[in-house]
Amino acid sequence: MIVFDKPKCLKDAPMHYCPGCAHGLVHRIVAQAVDELDIQDKTIGVAPVGCAVFAYNYFDVDMVEASHGRAPAVATGVKRADPSRIVFAYQGDGDLASIGMTETVHTAARGENLTVIFINNAIYGMTGGQMAPTSLPGQITQTSPYGRDVNTVGYPVKVCELLATLEAPYYIERVAVNSVKNVRRAEKAIRKAFQNQIEGKGYSFVEVVAACPTNWKMKPVDANRWVEEQMIPYYPLGVFKDKDEQK
Amino acid sequence: MATKKLMKGNEALAEAAIRSGCRFYFGYPITPQTELAEYMARYLPKAGGVFLQAESEIAAISMVYGTSAAGKRVMTSSSSPGISLKQEGISYLAGSNLPAVIVNVQRGGPGLGGIQPSQSDYWQATKGGGHGDYHLIVLAPSTVQEMADLTVLAFDLADKYRVQTMILADGTVGQMMEPVELPEPVQKEYDKPWALRGKGNGKSKFITSLSLSPEELEQWNINNFEKYRHIEETEQRAEEFLMDDAEICIVAFGISARVSRNAVIAAREKGIKAGLIRPITLYPFPKDILRRHTSHVSRFISVELNMGQMIEDIRLSTDCCRPVSLCNRTGGVIVTPEEVLAAIEGGK
Amino acid sequence: MKTTAILIAGFGGQGTLFAGKVLAVASLMKGLEVSWLPSYGPEMRGGTANCSVMISDSPIGSPIVSRPDVLLALNKPSFEKYEKVTVPGGSVFVDSSLVDVRSTRNDIGVYYTPATEMAGNVVGNAALSNIVLIGKVIKETGLFTEEEIIAAITETVPKSKQALLDANIKALRAGMDA
Repeated sequence: MIVFDKPKCLKDAPMHYCPGCAHGLVHRIVAQAVDELDIQDKTIGVAPVGCAVFAYNYFDVDMVEASHGRAPAVATGVKRADPSRIVFAYQGDGDLASIGMTETVHTAARGENLTVIFINNAIYGMTGGQMAPTSLPGQITQTSPYGRDVNTVGYPVKVCELLATLEAPYYIERVAVNSVKNVRRAEKAIRKAFQNQIEGKGYSFVEVVAACPTNWKMKPVDANRWVEEQMIPYYPLGVFKDKDEQK
Repeated sequence: MATKKLMKGNEALAEAAIRSGCRFYFGYPITPQTELAEYMARYLPKAGGVFLQAESEIAAISMVYGTSAAGKRVMTSSSSPGISLKQEGISYLAGSNLPAVIVNVQRGGPGLGGIQPSQSDYWQATKGGGHGDYHLIVLAPSTVQEMADLTVLAFDLADKYRVQTMILADGTVGQMMEPVELPEPVQKEYDKPWALRGKGNGKSKFITSLSLSPEELEQWNINNFEKYRHIEETEQRAEEFLMDDAEICIVAFGISARVSRNAVIAAREKGIKAGLIRPITLYPFPKDILRRHTSHVSRFISVELNMGQMIEDIRLSTDCCRPVSLCNRTGGVIVTPEEVLAAIEGGK
Repeated sequence: MKTTAILIAGFGGQGTLFAGKVLAVASLMKGLEVSWLPSYGPEMRGGTANCSVMISDSPIGSPIVSRPDVLLALNKPSFEKYEKVTVPGGSVFVDSSLVDVRSTRNDIGVYYTPATEMAGNVVGNAALSNIVLIGKVIKETGLFTEEEIIAAITETVPKSKQALLDANIKALRAGMDA
């Protein structure tokens, strides 16, 4: 018999996320990691602006809601206020890689002892499907109705690759949640990203390549296939930096 | 005589912040407030605190947001263009009822403007520079001593009311040195049950400025304005100089008030009954103090280093029952005592 | 109420702010009210660097000196700009090593001291022209005694530069003897 338990640190609240949306799943993975590491009592999360803006309604830990893109700076403030707390920022692609790119890069460059979870679904969800900094070349969105034209708006930002050029970050990995195998890998990565912080190792960043069936205008199954066939080739999964391996 | 120390206004403010129990400072360099950040960089770590030079003013105010959410006394400082960048975070602080102290050592604007002293951020400071319905408590120091004393007050008011306090200084008061008697270290601490420290064994908490229900957001604003109304009733502060029998009343704050003081003395020597009201709180504007004098004051003169911003509050406070004229310089030019005296003598 | 408005004007790097600070510290030590206000510009070196010092026996209003009672002109542009606004009965102290023009006013006292030359020749450090001029100022105005200024200099010279203390005192005395 398989028993599927709700992690202790998710509230018993119905989520507002769409069917097939990866947020619910990634919330569960984060909550599971917090449970397993037994840090619920001292964890403080920072919610973004975007679909996960209500993350504080779901995570049963102390949470603060940042302005758009500033979650890493807010998390820095929380962490510096009391370094014994475990602090994570949870952000989408518009929040993290567009309006908040400055905060993202500099928080990583300082090597803040934080955990950043980045949901990359290549689209703006909350505002209804506009082009994201990570939308693929040719991808049709509400603000790229003829497909993302790389000649006029450039290419998607590969955040893991970009942050991996910095000296300070301790751990950078890209995972996906479109298959059981990938989910297992994501669980491991997110757990490690928290474990690193507990051990005071420094900045850990996990990008989750994720589906947004509603705004992609696909069925969930098709969306997961699109992740596999379109997104992962552009955003290869794997570890981009891990100072554990450099020792 | 208590021991006085010769200090720059920016440094006295920074030292007073440390003595007020502020252990967290986030900022970004900009003239003419940089000494403040430099002082914090040097002395805050020695006091067991954290100084962090942020990547931008936006990041700095967001760090303030995080540290305040965690229940700690925290400060940021900047000068006019940088304060514009901070408005997003200030509005979020207001929307989340998070206490913070924000220092603006003003320079001339708009745009990149100049680096010389100015008071042209009066509207931005007192009328809410960011989006939404809110007020900052705005304190206007005019001496180096007040740079220190009002900083102590700023932290106290911020925690007491869960509001954001702005110290609206200018390049002159920030850059000048005067003897200052530094305040004793402040021990008073406020209980902050709302602060995020991890849920521990209790219920988890969250801090947000988001409220998608119009009725709830309306009620939140109404409640918040009850607090502002109370602040308006109880926290007005102003210094009065030769006001008992004044017929002509100068209203001026910060450096303009110091210049005006010279002019008032010169006018008195000529037999003109001039006086000075120097607002110390710009929000709440000391309207009760102004009103108290309308019986014997025949006209007001607003002396400001801008194109005339506070003058509106003087008119509103006195219900326009007396004429109010403007004596101003702007762009970094400082009004002279001679110009103020001419305005006093000019009549209307 | 007795207030003295002092303006020290020159280029950045000439020690105008330091000279002002010495006068401010001397005032503080004497229990007088004092304000010290620098002009600040974008250049760290070579730009205009003025310093306003107000000394009084009662609280100081405006700290800005636009019409000095005492002017220290360390270069020609400063002399030309501020000599004419010095209040009647006031005193102007000129570093004549760097200012080659003379005042035509007869309602002020003007003192020409080759301060840069003297600092170089007598003290061996031309950068101390500011302190040479302070020596001349206190001798002519009686604002402070030699001991008061020496105490202020001792207080003002940073700990890392105590080696310069003797040279400063030498420069002060040279100015007083000029």
